[in-house]
Amino acid sequence: MAQIFHRSMNLLSRVSIYGAILVVGALGYALYALALSPWYTEQTMVRPQPVPFSHRHHAGELGIDCRYCHSSVEKSSFAGLPPTQTCMTCHSQIWTNAAMLEPVRASYRDDTSLAWTRVNALPDFVYFDHSIHVSKGIGCTTCHGKIADMALTYRAGTLYMSWCLECHRQPEKYVRPKSEVFNAFYEPPSNQIESGKKLVKEYDIQSLQHCSVCHR
Amino acid sequence: MDPQGSKNIVASPEPEPIIRPGHTFETVTDKISAIVLSRGTTPGWAFGLLIGFSLLMLLNLVVTLLMVKGVGIWGIRVPTAWGFAIVNFVWWIGIGHAGTLISAILLLLHQKWRTSINRFAEAMTIFAVMCAGMFPLLHMGRPWLFFYLMPYPNPMWLWPQFRSPLVWDVFAVSTYFTVSLLFWFVGLIPDLATLRDRAKHPAVKTIYGIFSLGWRGSAVHWSRYEMASLLLAGLATPLVVSVHTVVSLDFASSLIPGWHSTIFPPYFVAGAIYSGFAMVLTLAIPIRSVYHLEDLVTDRHLDIMAKVMLATGIIVAYGYATETFMAFYSGSETERFMMMNRLAGPYAGLYWMLIACNIVIPQLLWIRRVRRSIAFLFVISLVVNVGMWLERFVIVVISLHRDFIPSSWGMYYPTKWDWATYAGTFGLFITMFFLFIRFLPMISIVEVRSLVHETNEEKSHS
Repeated sequence: MAQIFHRSMNLLSRVSIYGAILVVGALGYALYALALSPWYTEQTMVRPQPVPFSHRHHAGELGIDCRYCHSSVEKSSFAGLPPTQTCMTCHSQIWTNAAMLEPVRASYRDDTSLAWTRVNALPDFVYFDHSIHVSKGIGCTTCHGKIADMALTYRAGTLYMSWCLECHRQPEKYVRPKSEVFNAFYEPPSNQIESGKKLVKEYDIQSLQHCSVCHR
Repeated sequence: MDPQGSKNIVASPEPEPIIRPGHTFETVTDKISAIVLSRGTTPGWAFGLLIGFSLLMLLNLVVTLLMVKGVGIWGIRVPTAWGFAIVNFVWWIGIGHAGTLISAILLLLHQKWRTSINRFAEAMTIFAVMCAGMFPLLHMGRPWLFFYLMPYPNPMWLWPQFRSPLVWDVFAVSTYFTVSLLFWFVGLIPDLATLRDRAKHPAVKTIYGIFSLGWRGSAVHWSRYEMASLLLAGLATPLVVSVHTVVSLDFASSLIPGWHSTIFPPYFVAGAIYSGFAMVLTLAIPIRSVYHLEDLVTDRHLDIMAKVMLATGIIVAYGYATETFMAFYSGSETERFMMMNRLAGPYAGLYWMLIACNIVIPQLLWIRRVRRSIAFLFVISLVVNVGMWLERFVIVVISLHRDFIPSSWGMYYPTKWDWATYAGTFGLFITMFFLFIRFLPMISIVEVRSLVHETNEEKSHS
């Protein structure tokens, strides 16, 4: 009886068994890596804004406090976007003719809001409160990244649940003294874990992880 | 003890042979492989496939609609959030159990008669589990997120809730499917090689050649084949019990009256085997007459399966009796109400139909003439299939529609899409089964040959 398959099929069939495991494993890993990549999370993507507002200039070079514009961050769940009047406190005096700022002036003239595009938008099924985080020693830059270095604003974190849990499971890795919360240039000390553990105790940080903390 | 007593015992009559005498290795191989290789595509087969495929397309339609509009197209409304989807899931998965029992437990118990029916019973298991598995996925509402049920590394850093029986279900059913498929495939390998060697067309040869994994029938191959079958039988044996146990825990671990009961696991397993054997009979009776396999699947097979049905049916009846007794004995007001609601509530008609189908009518199987009558057996097997479906409906719907708070009572009415989904899974089952009997040997050639060998040996010794 004639052979149906060539001899090389012996090798090929063995290779294909191990190969299949390898390929499936590699595919799974690739998918996971892709899901974490900035390409998929759009982490570093700059979104179009009505005015090319620079945090680097305002918060970094000029050193304006975060709370000057995001005034409700200590009292409310929402940090707050400034009304045009806040912009005009300075820009009625300086750069009054800059073409770049025309939308701001137009907004002030017509009494209409500037329509900023949200950069850090959490899904609606997640409850998040800024006030509790800043009052327990979590700094702005912990979540928002090196904001004082962003010419145009982008999201620094993935906003994945793992990203939230990273800190909720080990707050001592991220907590800082309350006095440093709004310091845009804060660098964690070399003994962060040690001092962090002390602060966790001092601020009574509870490391909340059950579902209904955020998914109410 | 009278030492002479043993001589006085009347020797039982010569047991009926499992397969009809007169078969040799060659006739067995010829007969079974001819169905696949030389019988060709008959109009009857094509017509059956057409019906199955049409229903499968109906399933396609329903699932598409379900994806677009959501589970609201079904009749599930609070308080009855588990409707047809769960009823059908439990029903289909129960049917699968007979195949595993026949192929695994009866193999370990050296029940020779299983060899003629185990192949298509296992195929039935696999297709039934496929139909069953669809329902919980579709019932989730967002089936494309089904992988949330698996513990896989994910950017949410989240595990499934391991304390939930619904998660156990995922593991139980997927293990069941995997082991059944492997067991079935390993058993098929020597037969696929036979088909490969007997096929004329080179393409057919190649396809069977690929799936027979280079089987040459050497002694090493056989010894490994035997070992693999034995190991898989060992693996599959606990699954006969565990899968439906876990399914029953979906109910039993809740607090709903009529569900919260420790009898559920054994009673579900017995019910599963009951419905499974009914389905094997429903399939075996027409198949053996269409393909003239009466000498391989003999009346004795049907008789034995009828006895298994009778036995498991009695266990199920005991389960119903215990449920009813415990409802009253518990002293719990809600349990008692649930039982009264079953016996005389708005769905009482279905409950009494269930009693008729599952307990009363199958008692006819005590009579040998009924067990030997093809028509009677076929009808009873259909009746039991209906009865077991009703049982799941009674458990799911009657317990849910009126529970603790009368203000939140309601009624459950299936919609046309509920029926269409159910019919659609029949389409999947029929399509798969027709393709199976056309392209694979529906009876294990190898095992029946060994049966012929043993029968002939016994004869030559005596």
